Amino acid sequence: MFDPISKLLLGLATGMVFGFLLQKGRAAKFHVIIGQFLLKDWTVVKIMATAVAVGTVGVYALVSMGVATLHIKPALLGGVLLGGVLFGAGLAVFGYCPGTSVAASGEGRRDAMVGVVGMLFGAGVYVALYPALQPIIKGLADWGKITLPQATSLSPWAWVAGVVVAITTGLLALARLSTGRQSV
Amino acid sequence: MNTLRMKSWSPYVVGALIGVLSWFSFATADKPLGITTAFEYTAALTERAVTPGLAQTNEYYRDPEKSPKVDWEWMLVVGVFIGAFMSSKLSNDRTSQTVPPLWAWRFGDSTAKRFTGAFFGGALMMFGARLAGGCTSGHGISGALQLAVSSWIFVLLLFASGVATAFLIYGKEGANRVRSNQ
Repeated sequence: MFDPISKLLLGLATGMVFGFLLQKGRAAKFHVIIGQFLLKDWTVVKIMATAVAVGTVGVYALVSMGVATLHIKPALLGGVLLGGVLFGAGLAVFGYCPGTSVAASGEGRRDAMVGVVGMLFGAGVYVALYPALQPIIKGLADWGKITLPQATSLSPWAWVAGVVVAITTGLLALARLSTGRQSV
Repeated sequence: MNTLRMKSWSPYVVGALIGVLSWFSFATADKPLGITTAFEYTAALTERAVTPGLAQTNEYYRDPEKSPKVDWEWMLVVGVFIGAFMSSKLSNDRTSQTVPPLWAWRFGDSTAKRFTGAFFGGALMMFGARLAGGCTSGHGISGALQLAVSSWIFVLLLFASGVATAFLIYGKEGANRVRSNQ
């Protein structure tokens, strides 16, 4: 029922830093998240892309040193495809994603608090329907817990370098595009 | 201290620090940052406590991959709430807003309507996250940085679906009401 207390405290501390950063990044705000999906405010993409570029280097370094292991979620296509579509639709109605809705509740936002209760309800529906959902989740292909390097038979470091270069290029292009737009 | 009192930090700085935080979570707990598994476990524990009979017939509780408990990730979610509270308190960036202005422009300023939308939007989002095995954090950041195939598919789809839904709801006129930000 409970993990050891040291592990719980470690999770709490990690979460506090995460929540602090989400709030400072303005990601706990309805208009910033909806602004992203209406392609007007690129804050969310900038945060996520930078996190992925920085994170991938360190995590693959930790894995190659044997300090950590990868935790890859299986590519069960039915679940990932249907889940991705429903997730995006629900997110656009709610206006917060799971992590940022908890952060927005911490910021005081009442609609986010109601949505967090709705999220618990949605999780409950999933658990209750779990047996019936299995054919849908596993219905299409199951590619297993596969990474892009494995799928392409390339070195992980080639992919890490490629992702970092692609994200840096993309963010620089985005920054140039928006300064051009702002000066109009 | 002044930095901590600022209302906002550069999104690149925030993103880079979240990246470093993911190193920390892998190095100290051997875990990726994620949010929604904790919601699933809370719901599963509640359902088993409230309707033990139904739980007995649900194969969920016999799945070896599922071990509902209060764990590292559950406390992570509590921490996110506290961390955001502290940050907003330090910078005096707090609000008790119920109906965001853009929503009010589209649906009126009824609190009941907004709460209904938030509840069912949140429920649908969480249902989708559990079907796919993760959310914007678990797939979008942690999965993508691990170069997982499932996560890259999920994150591209969620953006496509989110953009389509947002434009269906608010349209071009709504988009033009959003103050362009960098």
